[in-house]
Parts: sequence; C-alpha cells; structure tokens
Amino acid sequence: MSHAISMTVNGRSVSATVESRTLLTEFLRDNLRLTGTHVGCDTSQCGACTVHVNGKSVKSCTMLAVQCDGAEVLTIEGLANGEDLHPMQKAFNDHHGLQCGFCTPGMVMSALEVADNNSDPSDEDIAKGLAGNYCRCTGYENIYRAVKAGAKAMGS
Amino acid sequence: MYNFDYEKAASADDAVKAAGGSDDVMFLAGGMTLIPTLKLRLTQPEKVVDVGGIGDMKGISVSGDTVTIGAATTHADVAGSDDVKKAIPALAKLASLIGDQQVRNRGTIGGSIANADPAADYPAAVVGLGATVKTNKREIAGDDFFTAMFETALEPGELITSVSFPVPEKADYQKLANPASGYAMVGVMVAKTKDGVRVGVTGAGPSAFRASAIEDALGSDFSSDAAKGVTMSSDDLNNDLHATAEYRASCISTLAARAVKAIG
Repeated sequence: MSHAISMTVNGRSVSATVESRTLLTEFLRDNLRLTGTHVGCDTSQCGACTVHVNGKSVKSCTMLAVQCDGAEVLTIEGLANGEDLHPMQKAFNDHHGLQCGFCTPGMVMSALEVADNNSDPSDEDIAKGLAGNYCRCTGYENIYRAVKAGAKAMGS
Repeated sequence: MYNFDYEKAASADDAVKAAGGSDDVMFLAGGMTLIPTLKLRLTQPEKVVDVGGIGDMKGISVSGDTVTIGAATTHADVAGSDDVKKAIPALAKLASLIGDQQVRNRGTIGGSIANADPAADYPAAVVGLGATVKTNKREIAGDDFFTAMFETALEPGELITSVSFPVPEKADYQKLANPASGYAMVGVMVAKTKDGVRVGVTGAGPSAFRASAIEDALGSDFSSDAAKGVTMSSDDLNNDLHATAEYRASCISTLAARAVKAIG
C-alpha cells in the first residue's frame, strides 16, 4: 500500500509516494539524500537518528514516514546557515564534544530540546535529556560542556 | 518490515470503524512499541489504524477530584502538565521516568496500557491509583484491566479513548529501572486515598497487580517500616536474567517503603 505524502523538511516543502512501512529515516536518507541523520542501532536505543518533528525530538527510525504527512521536520542539515554553524553545533566543535562523530547529529538534535527547555541546564538536566543518545567514544564529559555552552549561547 | 495497509483516523469512531473488530488490525498511537515490533516481524497486522492524530483523544482535564487523560496524550505532555503536577504529582513523576526524551515525545498512555508490557510504568498507576479506562464502548476498572502478560480486558477492535485517575490524598511512585532499557524491573505506586491505601506494582509479575499484604500493613500503620516489614511472596513473580523472583519480591517492599517515606 502506497501513500502520497507531503511535509516540510528544513523549511523546504517535499512530496513523495511512500509505502506504509517506509520509516522516516529511510525517507530522509534514501529519498531526500539527507544522510546527516544516522542509523546506529535501528532499534530505538541509540538516538543517532534523532530529528525534530513539529518541534520535538523523536527517533526517526521508530516513526513511519506516513505518520509525518503534513509535519514540520528539522534535521541536522537544517541547523547551519550556510557556513555559519548553529550555536549548538559550534559548541560541540569548540568543546570537542565528539570523537568519531557518528552519534553527533543525534546528540545535537536532542541537545536542542534540552536547551529549548532550559538555557542553563544542570548536569542532571543534560543527563536526562540525552538519556536516549549513546556515545561510545567520549565518556560524555565534553558533550556536557558543549550542551551547557550551546544552551547558553542559544539563550543569549 | 513486512508491508501493511495504513489508515489515518480522524476520530475515535472512524478508527473503530476502520478496525472493524478484526484481530488483524492494530491501532497505532505513538508507535514506540508497535513499530519496533513490526520491524522485528513479531507482529504482522494486515492493517494499522493511526489514532495518533485524533484531537479528541489528546489532552488533560481536571474536574473535581478526577484527572482525565486522553489516550493519545504523550508521556511528555503528562510529565510536563501543570494540572497533573498539581493534582497527582506522582503521576507526572511516573511519566517523566518512562523511556527517554524522544520516547516520551511520542509514546502515549493509551498505547502503553493497551500493550500491557509487564515492565511498563503506567500499569502501576492504573492499578495503584484505581483508574478507570474508558473505551469506545465501555468503562473498565483499573483493577480488571490487566489480565495477563501483554493481555488486557480489551476486545479486538476496542479502542481506549481516555484514562481517568481519582485524585488521591497523597501518592508516590518509586522505580528500580533496568539500567540498560529504562524499563521497570520493579515499580511501585503507593496511594493514600479516602477509601484506604492502594499499592500498585509493575515489573515484578506477568502483569500489574495490587500488593494487598502491603496495603493491609499500611492501612493500620502508614509508615515506611510497616511496608518494609512485609515479606512478599515470590510465587508467580518474574524470574529472568535481570533479577530473580525473590529479588523482585524484596524490591516491592523496599520500593513501597521508599514511596511512603517520600509521601511523608
């Protein structure tokens, strides 16, 4: 069964015909070639596939594309303004909140919701907000620093 | 994932009509369990009816001494609701402990209790607070809703539309979370109500149940020592790689004692 769907992705209107079973990750990566959204575990654990749907962070490997018909979707590609990084991206860069970088798109997208809720998040706020995102390299210390700095920069 | 038919319902009536009372049709709300289950091919419905966009099934209302939550309301909305925090803070706390941020943004109360995972959090509240589950055709008492592991009193094609919680005098939810999954190895809701003490337990058995021995002990002496002093039977409790049945039995009393202490 196929469905004609339309949504806004990073401010751009897109339309396509997808099967019922097409996941949002597949739609973003395969149809739109937005490969910044990563698939780590494909079992809703690791959070590398995190994007925003209607302003809220979600795991796009656990959402059907057809569920997003009419939605506003924001991916990692939608953050920077040309060469100017988003404050949260810049904070991850400044504080080296990554090593291999595979989890980073999802980390940044989850961190944005942490910052939306609180411009001065505590370690506990960050731990709770990023509980659905796994990094296997960094030990998280620099990620905490990055999220704090990013949230502050976004709030100012 | 095998393909299936998908239909987005505009109303609860449309959803029930689209399901047609069939065993081969499943309702999709947040999809936090159903989509992984479909991906693993553990279930293969012919058709999925999406109820996640039904406005009438979303939202929270407080009237008198009852908090009513639409079945398609997300955990994040319950956790962040000022109304819930004021009326039943233990319920907002429970919702804030489910899964992770992304899961709370999608998962719904109706989906959670319809799935009846033995380790889900909401069943402890449905049983422990004495909720009423409203469906398209009837009202089901919280005590009668969970019937076995992943089994409920719902009939094929029956749709939960809302869940109503009577406001207790005081309540608290304590959870021993599995460090990997976040699911409750044991979760206990203790509620002091005008009709007595209720203790709802999730994670420990095949489905949520009331710990009547602890209710009796707390009924005569509402203290953490009284809860801690009850030795729960491990008969019929879950025994798996995460915890033995005996350990879970012990956790029920310990978590109930912590909840009583938190209530003060």
